[in-house]
Amino acid sequence: MEDLMSLAVKAIFVENMALAFFLGMCSFLAVSKKVETAIGLGAAVVFVVGLCTPLSNLVYNYVLKEGALTWLSEDFATVDLSFLNFLCFIGLIAATVQVVEMAIDKFAPALYSALGVFLPLIAVNCAILGSALFMVERDYTLVESTVFGVGSGLGFMLAIIALAAIREKMRYSNVPQGLRGLGITFIITGLMALGFMSFAGIQL
Amino acid sequence: MNEDPKKVLLMNEEQKKVLLDPLFDNNPIALQVLGICSALAVTTKLETALVMALAVTVVVALSNLSVSLLRNYIPPSIRIIVQLTIIASLVIVTDQVLKAFVFETSKKLSVFVGLIITNCIVMGRAEAFAMQNGPKESFIDGIGNGLGYGLVLIVVGFFRELLGSGSLFGYQVFSLANEGGWYQPNGLFVLSPAAFFLIAMIIWALRTWKPEQVTED
Repeated sequence: MEDLMSLAVKAIFVENMALAFFLGMCSFLAVSKKVETAIGLGAAVVFVVGLCTPLSNLVYNYVLKEGALTWLSEDFATVDLSFLNFLCFIGLIAATVQVVEMAIDKFAPALYSALGVFLPLIAVNCAILGSALFMVERDYTLVESTVFGVGSGLGFMLAIIALAAIREKMRYSNVPQGLRGLGITFIITGLMALGFMSFAGIQL
Repeated sequence: MNEDPKKVLLMNEEQKKVLLDPLFDNNPIALQVLGICSALAVTTKLETALVMALAVTVVVALSNLSVSLLRNYIPPSIRIIVQLTIIASLVIVTDQVLKAFVFETSKKLSVFVGLIITNCIVMGRAEAFAMQNGPKESFIDGIGNGLGYGLVLIVVGFFRELLGSGSLFGYQVFSLANEGGWYQPNGLFVLSPAAFFLIAMIIWALRTWKPEQVTED
């Protein structure tokens, strides 16, 4: 239990997807002009990444890993399909996003219209594929990868909401001509990343 | 068949524009805000930045070429998944080549080679350019965008390695203070925030040089 807690804290704060690994940067910068839309995108990311990471874990452990297919037949003990993991994960993510989109449309139309275009965009959000690949590299179990997935989604949500709030306030500041818009956003993100580095070394 | 070989090799004006535009006038990172995701984490060393830039250029060029060749056969409703499959296959090939020939560097790049798939440049160019243009133009557009992306990556990698560890490509350029030299390495440049500051500086410089790129927030 303690391990899982510290894994969650690590995923949310210490190894924040957006600020420490630069993952999901495209939507991070593009969709952070308003707090409201930032919350929508953040929620959708938490949802999808929390679902996709454990699913990829299952696919990796029971289909792709060397010797993973032994549950089918003993003859497959030497089959190693791990070179296919990019293709499988991206397919899995795209399919999950599609299913989630249809499910939300059916059961929670209000949430669906709030999330709008962000749901399909998530399929190409690097934070999702990134956490699936990190899961493989670090050899997480099913429970660990669920915690890691939800944690990294929450970390992304936290970062994008904070950035959006700062950018809303920025409108009243006098920024040098060439830095307006994208330039100053990069500097803010850099300063936020510096701030988040103070979490390094926190252990529960 | 009697075409002047020089004429075939030389690109016409339009193709040259397609190739050179993404370098400064329409840079994928500084102006289009594409593909920052997998890029910045690999720029602490010049060598990894260079390998990453090459890998992305190859993938963008080839995916643009294949999407453009197939553009009349792809049904619009499933084009995203077709594009993703093409890109993912190309990235798998690139990953295997990197593992075979530059294993050490590919270990350092870790998950970021795989993340080329979700790099918005590749998808963005396939969707915005290759779906509407012929194979030759698309290929050139891919190379141009890969170069524009690589240019920013290499500039950032150059400064981060030089100021952060006093070396270039792993060779010591500045003699470090803890080894009796004069240069005190600036630890900030090895950490992630420095990459953001450097990109902001590049954008600032570029937009001061070409004021028409300034966007109001």
